[in-house]
Parts: sequence; C-alpha cells; structure tokens
Amino acid sequence: MTDEQRRIADADVPTVGQTLRRGVQLSPELRQGIGITLLLATAATGGRVVVPFAVQQTIDRGLLADTGPDAGAVSGLLAGAAALVVVTAICAYFVNLRLFRATEGGLATLRVGAFRHVHDLSVLTQNTERRGSLVSRVTSDVDTISNFVQFGGLLLILSALQLTVATVLMLLYSPLLTAVVWVCFLPVFAAARPMQRAVSASYGRVREQVGGVLSAVSESVVGASTIRAYAVERRTGERVDAAVAAHRDAAVQAQTRVALTFSTGVLVSGLVSVMVVIVGTWRGVNGHLSLGELLAFLFLVQLFTGPVQIGTEVLNELQNAVAGWRRVLAVVDTPADVADPADAGTSLPRGPITVRFDHVSYAYPAGPTVLHDIDLTIAPRSRVAIVGETGSGKTTFAKLLTRLMDPSTGRVLIDDVDLREVRFSSLRERVVLVPQDGFLFDDTLLSNVRFARPGATEGDVTLAFTELGLGDWLEALPRGLLTAVGQRGESLSAGERQLVALARAYLADPDLLVLDEATSAVDPATEVRIQRALDGLTRGRTAISIAHRLSTAEAADEVIVVDAGRVVERGPARVLVAAGGAYARLNDSWVAQRTLG
Amino acid sequence: MDDRPYTLRRGLFVLGQGIRRAPAMFALAVVGSVLYGVMTAGTAWALGRVTADVITPAFSAGRLDGGELARGAGLMTGVVLLLVLGVVVRRVAAGRTVYDLGAIYRRRVTAQYLRLPLSWHGRHPAGQLLSNANADVEATWQVFAPLPMAIGVVVMLVVAAVSMLLADPVLALIGLCVFPVVFVVNVAFQRQMSPRVTLAQQLRADVSDVAHESFEGAMVVKAMGREAGETSRFAATADRLRAANVDVGRTRGVFDPIMEAIPSLGTLAVLAVGAARVSSGAATAADVVQVAYLFSLLAFPVRALGWVLGELPRSVVGWNRVDAVLRAQGGLEYGPRTLDGAGAAPVALADVDFAHVDVEGRSVPALSGVTFDVTAGRTTALVGPTGSGKSTITALLVRLVDPDDGVVSIDGVDLRQVREGGVAGVASLVAQQTFLFDDTVRGNITLGDPALADPDDRRVWAALRLAQADAFVAALSHGLDTQVGERGATLSGGQRQRIALARALVRRPRLLVLDDATSAVDPHVEAAILAGLRATGEGTTVVVVAYRKATIALADDVVLIERGRVLDRGSHRDLSGRSPAYRNLVDAYEREAAAREAALDTDDAGVRA
Repeated sequence: MTDEQRRIADADVPTVGQTLRRGVQLSPELRQGIGITLLLATAATGGRVVVPFAVQQTIDRGLLADTGPDAGAVSGLLAGAAALVVVTAICAYFVNLRLFRATEGGLATLRVGAFRHVHDLSVLTQNTERRGSLVSRVTSDVDTISNFVQFGGLLLILSALQLTVATVLMLLYSPLLTAVVWVCFLPVFAAARPMQRAVSASYGRVREQVGGVLSAVSESVVGASTIRAYAVERRTGERVDAAVAAHRDAAVQAQTRVALTFSTGVLVSGLVSVMVVIVGTWRGVNGHLSLGELLAFLFLVQLFTGPVQIGTEVLNELQNAVAGWRRVLAVVDTPADVADPADAGTSLPRGPITVRFDHVSYAYPAGPTVLHDIDLTIAPRSRVAIVGETGSGKTTFAKLLTRLMDPSTGRVLIDDVDLREVRFSSLRERVVLVPQDGFLFDDTLLSNVRFARPGATEGDVTLAFTELGLGDWLEALPRGLLTAVGQRGESLSAGERQLVALARAYLADPDLLVLDEATSAVDPATEVRIQRALDGLTRGRTAISIAHRLSTAEAADEVIVVDAGRVVERGPARVLVAAGGAYARLNDSWVAQRTLG
Repeated sequence: MDDRPYTLRRGLFVLGQGIRRAPAMFALAVVGSVLYGVMTAGTAWALGRVTADVITPAFSAGRLDGGELARGAGLMTGVVLLLVLGVVVRRVAAGRTVYDLGAIYRRRVTAQYLRLPLSWHGRHPAGQLLSNANADVEATWQVFAPLPMAIGVVVMLVVAAVSMLLADPVLALIGLCVFPVVFVVNVAFQRQMSPRVTLAQQLRADVSDVAHESFEGAMVVKAMGREAGETSRFAATADRLRAANVDVGRTRGVFDPIMEAIPSLGTLAVLAVGAARVSSGAATAADVVQVAYLFSLLAFPVRALGWVLGELPRSVVGWNRVDAVLRAQGGLEYGPRTLDGAGAAPVALADVDFAHVDVEGRSVPALSGVTFDVTAGRTTALVGPTGSGKSTITALLVRLVDPDDGVVSIDGVDLRQVREGGVAGVASLVAQQTFLFDDTVRGNITLGDPALADPDDRRVWAALRLAQADAFVAALSHGLDTQVGERGATLSGGQRQRIALARALVRRPRLLVLDDATSAVDPHVEAAILAGLRATGEGTTVVVVAYRKATIALADDVVLIERGRVLDRGSHRDLSGRSPAYRNLVDAYEREAAAREAALDTDDAGVRA
C-alpha cells in the first residue's frame, strides 16, 4: 500500500526561501504589523550605537580635549546617552511583544491548519505515516519554530540592522579600515551558504529521528499488554534505544556542524581586530587617523562582529526551525486526494438512498486490483449483506461506498449523484460507516455516543441504547452513561466498544448505514438482538452489512457475494443456498459452525 | 504530575543530577568554556598591552616600529586562536552533554513504561507519556547548552574584576556593582517565568495528547464527518498554548532589554566616573578605555548567565514531569520459582476477585470469587455475554495483571511466585485486539527470540501453516521480510489476527489462551485452524473465549461466566441441557434461523393460501 505520490511529500526539499515564503503565506499573522515592528527594531538597534559613540566622544572631546578634561561636557553627553539607552530598551520590549504575538498567533494558525489537513488526507495517506510522526508534525516541529522565534527572531532582525548601522559608522571613521573588515568577512559570508546547507541537512535528519523516537515510544505505550504477554520488554526496549541513539547521533552531528560554523565567525572576528590594529596604526602614523578614532573604530568592529557571530548562531537555529517548518508544510501541501468539494458540491436532501456502482474498479496504489468492474444498484430501503472470504474486497467496497477512498475507475453514485460531487457535510450526515474497530475517545460513554451528534441529549443517548436492545447492558454499568471508557476505550471489552460504536452511528441517524463487521466481537445473543433491532429500525433507510457470520446475510433482503474482487452471486439467502454456488459453500461451513455439538 | 514550585535550589539539584550522569563531557565543556572566558578577558588585556606598547608610542612618535607591531599582532592572534579553540571545545562538548543526557533519560523513561503495570498505563494518556519521553526530557537538559558558557562567564567576570581592580579600583567598583544588579534582575525574572513556563509545558503535553488521540481515531473522525469538531477541540488547546507562549514571551521581552541595557549603562557610568578621575589625575585615559572595553566585551557573554537562569525553570518543570515517571512505583513483583514442568500445564483460578481502577481512581469490580481449574492438556471454553469478564480472566491467566484476592496458578505454582519471564515462557495469549509491531512478518512472529529463528524459518512457517496464514504471507511482496507497517496497518484485520496466532503457536506454549482470537477470520478458515490445533495440541492446555459452537465443540469443558462470576460449568451437552442462560447465548443463531424459516414458511403458506 505504498505509493510515493500519496505519501506526505518530504522527498523534494524546498529551499529555505521557499519554506519561509510558504510559511508566511499560511500564517498571515506573521506579516501583520511587521512595518511598525521593523521601525521599532530600527530604533532599538540605533541604541546600540550610542555606547561606542559616547566612548569616542568622551575620549576625544572630554578626556583628550585640547583644553583638558571637560567634566561638564562629558556628563551632559553621558546623560543624553543614558536616556537613549533606556528609550532603546523600551522599543526593544515592544518589538519583542509584537513579534511574540504575531508569531505565536501565526503558529497556532499553522498548527490548527496542519491538524485539520491530516484529517482531510485520505485514509490511505494517513496509513502511510506513523501516527507518532504525524503528531510530531503538529507538536514538536511547530515548537521548534516557536523556540526559534522566542530565542532568535528579534536577534536576527537586530543583527541585520546593526550590521548595516555599524558599516555606515565605520565608513564615517575610515573607509579603508571598513574595507579591511569587509574583505576579511567576505569569505565567511561566501562560505555561509554551503555551511548552512550542511547544517540544514543535519537538522532535517534530527527532525526525522524525533519522529522515529516518538513512534518507538508510542509502540511501547500502546502495545503495553502484548509486550508483557510475550515478555519482550527487553527487545522493545532495544528498539526504543536504537531510535534514541539514532536521534542522539543525528543531534550531535548537527551540533558539531553548528559549532564549527559558529567558530569560523569567532575566528575571523578576532583576526579582523588584529588587522584593524595593524592597518589602523599604520594609517595613524601617517596622520590619517587619531588615537580616539582608532579606538572608537575598534569598538565599532565589536559592533560589527557581534551580529555576525550572533547571526551565524541565529541562522543555524533558523535551519532547525526551517527543518521543522518544512515537515509541517509538507503535511499541509500534501494533496487531500479524497477532497471535500465543499461549496462547489451538491447537498442532497434527506430520504431513502439509492446506491449505484457504475463499473467501479479499485486498485491500491502500486498494488493489485482488488475490485473489478463492479456494476450494481442497491434499491432504497433495502437491507443488503455483502459476504465473501477474507481478502475478497468487502472492506474496500465499504470504503468506496462511504467515500473513504475514491474508485480508480468508474463512479459510485448515491441518488444518481457522483459521491465526489457531494459535500462532506451532506455526505457524512446521510452515510455513516461503523468499522470493525470503532475507536473510542478517552471520555465518558455519553460523549462518545454524542460524538456523532453533539446536540443530542442524555435522553437521546439512552434511547439509542434502548432501541438497539442494549438497555440491559447500559443499566448494568455502575455509572451508566457517565462510565469513563479509558484510552481508546480500553476500559471496555472489544465487544462493548462495538456496542458503543453502534449506538454512536445509530444516534447519527443516517439514511444509509454501512456496517463493516460491526458486531464481530459481540456475543451471539446480543448480536441477534441488535440485528433484530436494526431490522426494525432500518426500515425506511438503506442498510448494508458486511459480515462473515452469515446470520446477518440470512436476515438481509438480499445478499451480494464477492469473490476475488468480483460480484459472483446476488439474491436472497434462501435462493442462493438452493442455487448451490459460492454462497452455498460459505453457508455449509457456517451451518456446520453454528450447529456442531 | 508533580507540581512542586520552582526554586533555585531545585534548579541546582537538577543541574547536579545532570553533571553526575555526564561528568566527563560536562567537565570538557567547562574546560573549553574557561579557556574561552580567560581568553575573552585576554583580548582586552592584549589590546591594552598593544595600545600602551605599540599604538600610543607609534602615534606620538609618528613612526612605525615593524618589529613591535608584529609582536603585538602575534600576541593578539595567539589569544584569538586560543579563544576559538575554547569555543569549539565548549560547544561540541556542551552539545554532547545535552544529547547524551537526553538519550540517557529517554531510555530510562521508556524503561519505566516497559516496567510499570498495565493499570498505571490505563491512568496515563499515551500522548502525555510521549510528551514525557520527548518534550519533557528535552526541556530538562536544554539548560546544559548554555551552562558551560555561563560557568566560563563567571571565570571571565573574576578575571575581569581583577584586571579592573589593577587598572583602577574606583572604576572597578562600578563593575562590581553592576554584576550583582544583573544577578538580582535574573532572580526576579526567574520568579516571574517559572509558573508561566510550567503552564506552557503542560499545555504542550495537552496539545500532543489531543493530536495523538485524534489521529489514532482518524478513521472514525472521517466516517462520522467530525473533522470540524475535532479541529475546534484541537484549536482550543492550541490557543491556550499560544496565549501561554505569548505570556512567556512577554516576560522574556521585558527581561532581555533590561539585561542588555545594564552593561551599556555601566559603560556610561565608567566613562562618567572615569572622566572625573582623569581630570583629577587619579587615572589615565588608557585605564578608562581598558575598563570600558572590558564592559563592552562582557555585555554579550554575561547574558549567558541569563540564559541559564532563564532555562532553569523550564528545566525544573521538565525534570519534575520526568521524575514523576521515574519514581512511579508498582509493577509486578516476581518470585524465585520456575515453571519447568514438561508438556501441557495444569491451570487453576481459586477464589479470584479483580476490580479495574478507572481514570478517576474508582474501582470497578470485574470478577468475584472466580474458581475453576483446567486439567493439563484439556481445552476449556469460556462462554459468557459481552462484558462479563472473560477477557479479564485471560489477562490473569498469563499474568498481565494480578488478582486483588485469590490465586491464579500454573503447575500449582502461584503466578506471583514465578520468576520474571517465567509465565511468558510457558503461556501465550492471543488477545482479542491484536497488536503488531512496526517490523517484518518474521519479526512479529519470533519477536527476536533466536531460538525460533532457525535458518530456513521452518518453525515460523509451521506456525503460519497452523494459523492458516502461510498462503497469504507467501503471497506478500517480500514474504516473511515484508514490513507490516505501524500496528500492522498494511494488513487486514483477519490477516493481523492470524499473524498474532502464529506468534503464539510458534512458541509451542504449554498453555495457550485465545481471547476470541479468530473473530475476524472466515468460518472455514477458523474451522481449519481449530482442526489443526486439535491435531497437534497434545502438549498444550487451551483456554479459549468462544461464541461459536464449532469452537465450543472442541472444548472438553465449558465455563459459563456472567457478570464476573462462574455461573455454571460442565460439558457443552450438560450445559445445554440444564442452563437456560447458556442456551440463550449459544443457540441464538440457530434459534434466529429457525424463527426466520418459520416466518418465511408462514409467509409462503399465506401466499399459497
């Protein structure tokens, strides 16, 4: 069931620029008010120049003034500088606040958008991804971006501005020395790209390994009882350890690359100071530069190299954030191949449903064809059972019918409308599938049943159980509807979970109910009771049951027998038994089963 | 979860724990950092030396002494190279410390998950546990990234203080005033941050929990058309996290500019006082420059102290959450006994009571006074309505849980007396809900047991044949080496059940417990499986939860369970004869078929008439 096209597209990695553009596009909050934020940031950067400037002024005008030190001028100057530092700090606070608001708002939007999109992906695409990995895409991957913004977002902006301001000031003091500084740094800037790329690749691997760790840990949590039953704690532990070690190795490699990148910046920064001293002294001796100017220039070099170092640091962090961002965006940009036509679609009026399969074939991506040219009509208000051996294509039939998947060729129609044209809101209201393993949420019985119809009252829910003939079972529960079902419903037995899933679907009150082995784990007496209740209640609606226990088929108006992806027989059970074909063979083993002993 | 408040002391304790676990790497990082710290101060010192010995004389003489300049440049370059060496060592070693600690604790946390009893798992949502192993461990040790740097900074500050004192004691006093202010501001910041960070971390776990559950139930969400409802549930949690993160950011936003302004204001103060000192002749301009330059050099590294103190609350919160898992008590106690009998094992439950503990800690009785035994080599069917306690009995038989009262025994040995792994060595359970690992078919059957993986997989294939799974496995693209995907997602329900069955059979268990293990399998396939079991089953005691008569017919004995009690016991024939409850249950299909026939006959009769 693997198909590269349907997988979440991690294969062709978008560039940092593409990722950021797409990211901003999906989180418009990031752009809102950015002009004012940048303006405030410029003011905040301007403040950083105050100190070196004050140093130079104090030395040249105050300490080394021709008239001797001028304490008055110095204190006036310094008071002004101090006021500017305070104003700058206030600006920086507002920049921070605005950045946090914008990014957290934007990231919340992204998180929710990605979450929604995971649910919009087809079941097939969902199944190609590990659940732990999907979770990490809406949790830790987004957290990475958030951490980056909290740590580096402002720094990056400030650094870029500071670099500009420092360059301008250095030019004012000495164009030649400025040129020396830039020439020294050019190789660093040139090397930055390939280095960042290497760092980026490392961080990509780290993010991937985080997904691996989550999957391995998730297995040890979700598979807890199997692990204990087979005493394979050690083996499971080893698998987790391997994932943890792979993550650690990837992270150490990324960290080492980051350290080396950062150190290049430090090295060049130091060497630049040496060059400035050499060239500056030579220029000074020739009378082109005063001592105060050279010293001020050395402060300015600090002002220049500081942001370069911080910049490399922040850019490294940015690679990490971008790696996370890519993984989130990859989800959002994976096409939802079974898409909701939404407003472009049709809304169907309520009422009995006619189902038609118009020459439908289905093949799993890169897999064999599992349904061949199915062409049939199911009349409204009929109760149909679909039977066949394991692997005959019954479940695929149910998935096509409820549009969990789309046919490879042909059309599935309800009331003569192609399912692909029906709005999901209308479709899910009219057609409900009860799968074999009806997942329950970690909540009460009441909220699980109400999941399908949040507006339903407690009375409605109780009534649903009663009408299904499950009143006794419900009454036997000490806490009734308020029983907590536990994670995945595991406080209940598998059969009980099916009862709840059935009540949930029943409460949804669809026009077409599709039961895919929905009572497989329920005891015979209860199953028969449910079957009878459904018989009575499905009159007026269409019901399609898939079951390998033929009790369901015996009760149906009509049986469709599927074998190797084709419809081989169709008709009432009694007729088919008499016909002596495929159904008769299934029936023989069924009768043998229920009457033995 | 543990919600002890953050204290600096607790923070230091966490740091201590980390240092104890990764002492070598941490020490190396500190050495690198100290080198870095000394050399940063050394930069200012070298510049001072060069200014005094080379630049000033050259400027006043108007002439350049090449040799002096080269010596000066050489001194500065040497300092720079040592500085860079310090940076590389510090960063690489600090990174190793962080990730080594992360790996150590991830392993420890998962080891706990694997050790703690199922009842503990029942009380802790999977999403929270994932968050503990991932985000919380990360939050705990992230502080080790800036910690060596901060220690280096402390050294740097000492060196700086000394060189300031040497330059001018009065100016040094300003420096010595500024640094305590930095510290006080930091402490105030921590107080503000701690509760906010705690909240944000909890909300991260909540977001993870909602996402995990919702994605696990993706199929149901889709089938019920509840995507929008789920999205708004997630959006509400995500929005709480957003608000909490903004709140963290706001606090940080106040603190960062203050931390940055303090050294700037300090520099200005040095200049102001310095100007006065110079004009009174108490200090030279060079002294002022050196002290001011030191300040500007320290402005950035001093923030590393802030980073450590800023990370510390997060670290403590993470630690508390991780520690709660590591401290969790319970887990099955094991005894010294072995179960080394040969052949089928006799099994008995004596007066067993068991209650589940629900999420809110209330106890929900499931079994009371259950007593029955199974003679070695015989097959016993557990029959009863849905939710009567049959699965709980199967869990007790293989000691997934212990009874609250009474004794479960194999070979007459109380299972609590058996050594670790002893029960799994003789008893295999095939659960109702199969769980497959994200591994190959072979891996899922042998579970890595080398004794089962003979070179030509003979035992594996034999087990697959018995489970009627050999044909479909042979048809898979890579046969036994096919990856089954997470939880076996690439296989159908019936295929998963048969793999799980093969997993039990390949072990040739002395006790085989089948909990409705063939519910997703076709009737004739099930019949073949059961026939196979019967033919090869002399060495095995079988306990099977069954609804179908074909299964029950294979049993020598039937135990009828209702509402957690043994209602009756005997052969199928006995029970059919004397127990209306039993008949009601197992004859349901036949009765229904008969009723339908009768109804149809009446219809037909009506038509004919």
